[in-house]
Amino acid sequence: MAAAQPLLEVRDLKVHFFTREGVVRAVDGVDYSVNRAETLGIVGESGSGKTVSSLAMLRLVPPPARTVAGQILFDGEDLLTRTPKQMAALRGRRIAMIFQNPATSLNPIYSIGAQLTEILTWHEKASRRDAEPRVIELLGLVGISDPATRLRQYPHELSGGMRQRIGIARALLCNPSLVLADEPTTALDVTIQAQILELLAELQARFRMSMVLVTHDMGVVARMATRITVMYAGRVCETADAATIFNAPQHPYTRALLESMPRIDHSYAGPARRVLPSIPGRPPNLLNPPSGCRFHDRCPEAQVECRRLLPVETAVAPGHIVSCLRRGSPGIVA
Amino acid sequence: MSALLEVEGLSKSYPVMERRLFRARQRTEIRAVDGVSFSIAAGQTLGLVGESGCGKTTTARAILNLVQPTEGMVRFEGDDIVPIFRQGDRARILAIRRSLQYVFQDPWLSLNPRWTIGETLREPLRVHRPEAPRTWTARVDELLRMVGLEPHHAWRYPHEFSGGQRQRVGIARALAVEPKLLILDEPVSSLDVSVRAQILNLLAELQDRLRLAYLYISHDLSSVRFISTHVAVMYLGKLVEIGEVDEIFSRPRHHYTRALMSAIPVPRPGAAQTRIALQGEVPSALRRPSGCPFHPRCVAALPVCAEIEPMLPPAEAGHRTACHNPA
Repeated sequence: MAAAQPLLEVRDLKVHFFTREGVVRAVDGVDYSVNRAETLGIVGESGSGKTVSSLAMLRLVPPPARTVAGQILFDGEDLLTRTPKQMAALRGRRIAMIFQNPATSLNPIYSIGAQLTEILTWHEKASRRDAEPRVIELLGLVGISDPATRLRQYPHELSGGMRQRIGIARALLCNPSLVLADEPTTALDVTIQAQILELLAELQARFRMSMVLVTHDMGVVARMATRITVMYAGRVCETADAATIFNAPQHPYTRALLESMPRIDHSYAGPARRVLPSIPGRPPNLLNPPSGCRFHDRCPEAQVECRRLLPVETAVAPGHIVSCLRRGSPGIVA
Repeated sequence: MSALLEVEGLSKSYPVMERRLFRARQRTEIRAVDGVSFSIAAGQTLGLVGESGCGKTTTARAILNLVQPTEGMVRFEGDDIVPIFRQGDRARILAIRRSLQYVFQDPWLSLNPRWTIGETLREPLRVHRPEAPRTWTARVDELLRMVGLEPHHAWRYPHEFSGGQRQRVGIARALAVEPKLLILDEPVSSLDVSVRAQILNLLAELQDRLRLAYLYISHDLSSVRFISTHVAVMYLGKLVEIGEVDEIFSRPRHHYTRALMSAIPVPRPGAAQTRIALQGEVPSALRRPSGCPFHPRCVAALPVCAEIEPMLPPAEAGHRTACHNPA
């Protein structure tokens, strides 16, 4: 299968927030693609646009934000030209979402069973009676013991890990081809996080789904992702397969980000002074983003041209895309 | 080296009324912290780790008497400070509070939004150095520089700052009264990765310069490895393992510590990580298992573990584990 068409292709996506203070360019010309049965990890700090760009795929960007440009090709069709009704039929059925906080993404006043069977009665016009066995089957698949009893329980009766398992079961009910997982384990303790990541990897392989995993945790993407896209200030810095991002990163931001993390497998004890290589300054305010390359004012390799020209995403090797003037990307005046 | 802070048998219980179907309500208690002992010397950092609800924060608050300990001793420079707080001798309490300061997790919630940074930093001076108001302004300038901010920032309000800068202010406020020990409760958890490294570097530098002792509370084991000289692991209100940082990280002996370490995803794709799967979740503190509180989830549990609670050996031993069958 040479050059199979990706399941999802995001092209030059721009999502801007129209606030009283001005236009915030939260996502400003982003490209990435997700192949079939792979996990794309999108990493970045808060405000890098990783969550907003994934919400845009479901056409769920909240006002005052609007998707102002770009294409989102899902199975070859541009989602941005779909009618709201067509989108509603697609959400939860072909593209499903797993949310960060399982405590707030479940409705507290409906039982687990009511919330899950509703998805099947809505999308597949199944009767509640027919939907229930499927719900029970999925709850079993996500590792919930005694699923028939759980159907009658309410979210507050479950622990955080259990609720996230319910969130995963809910996303998988209609057998979606793409699952968007936005920080699915950030709210959980590490031992529970490990259980949930294992479950996600297992289900993804089993159903051959594609997954977009949005996170700030480099450890989580290393564990889960086939390919990784690194975002900074509403732009893509670098996209490559996971091993390349960690072993041979090209973009200065990717390198700095990896170096600035303390390592659990590294000893810092001893008389020598402990210093982590850190990135000076802080992420920019996107109301008034830096000119040229968004990272230039914090970049150790920046030159005069970086202040003027916006680097264009360029392949430095097959499948390895970098947007940096110092790595040969052409620049445009923006 | 004699210890600056020694905690011995520290416990905090909360009374609760337990309701169960077809039974009378029963008065019982939750032991949030149960017989915790450790010590910290000047210039050292004890990293206190564990999952949410294990009692890390309650331990810290009990040391400062922000919650009153039910039992146990907290010796600071040799004196038990629990009775001092209980007697309410204001002058002596202030002296203790000067030496023990707290940096909170969330720099968005822990600064008064209506006060300028200068007012926030003068407040501890007003309480602890009322005799010399003329020195306050110079001290505020000095504090701001110490944490990498500028003196003119004193005129600004918290909303004008980023999370990292606010945490610098939180640290400056704690340093205002020249403490000997800082309790750092998840000080970098709410910060972005690139800013986290800056704050960790600042904490390391301040410690070296001022010979501060830290009690560093976190669930983020990689930052604990960076900042700590010693590490203590808590589970269900108890200390299960304590020792020097490299000992704990390279040769963990308690099976909970081992599971915790192996659960951290290492930022190395394809890393051969053998995860020690933990079954189930942390039980409720109301239904604490008999014997070793970890035995129902432990991979190496023996019959004795369900009956007899293992004790942490006395402090003389360096690396200590409360386990009948350690690795």
